[in-house]
Amino acid sequence: MGTKVKKMLFILSKATIENAYAAFVMANGARMEGIESEIFFTFFGLEAIQKKKLEHLHVATVGNPGMHIPTMLGGLPGMEALATKMMKKEMEKLDMPPVGEFLEILSDSGCKLWACKLAVDMFHLKDEDLIDELDGILTIGDFYSRADQEGCQLLFI
Amino acid sequence: MDLNIAGIRLDVTEDGYLTDVSQWNKDIGLEIAKNEGIEMTDRHWEVVSWLQEQVKNDVALSIRGIKKSGVLDIKEFYALFPKGPLKISTKIAGVPKPKSCI
Repeated sequence: MGTKVKKMLFILSKATIENAYAAFVMANGARMEGIESEIFFTFFGLEAIQKKKLEHLHVATVGNPGMHIPTMLGGLPGMEALATKMMKKEMEKLDMPPVGEFLEILSDSGCKLWACKLAVDMFHLKDEDLIDELDGILTIGDFYSRADQEGCQLLFI
Repeated sequence: MDLNIAGIRLDVTEDGYLTDVSQWNKDIGLEIAKNEGIEMTDRHWEVVSWLQEQVKNDVALSIRGIKKSGVLDIKEFYALFPKGPLKISTKIAGVPKPKSCI
């Protein structure tokens, strides 16, 4: 038994609920298996760690074939909000925590949370815009240097 | 699969979880803990009894549930059982392996 994976590094570049939760569930799942994990939030992924935005992430209803909604309908006003509401309801049934609580769980579990310096500068964000659980703001080079042992895996989401 | 723990032959799952919770006793818990590299303290036993209580009451165990428990927080849970808290603590407690992903 036992896995050869020692550390999982995730790069979250998107702000949709499905992508953010994919990163969160995998990062938390790693910690629960005794595997180290870290998430690097870049570009639109930064929305997931902005205090004012993190509880307002949406499901992508356009350009998402898995939704089984014709693309033109997916673009109608209110469609995204409706799909998001439905998905959040289903997630609550599975005892999936909301984004803010999930970030607290990750941080308490020892998962490191990093913001991408380039993207933070690009979106003109300040420290106070970002969650208190954040471990710091890194360049991509700094983040690569976190892969400092055998058995590291890096995943782009 | 069976396993010889603390001088008793026990039925266990492939991952080493007891199949019959009623077979559990503290010596067995201690032996499993030793195999997992955990040195049991009073606090470990408190958590283990609490987990057994939860399972008896049909509460599904999850990390989110730990956060809400009021008994211990997630940081302490990881400090007590560093290499996979829910997985290892439930094995020591003799209860089934939790199925939750969260």
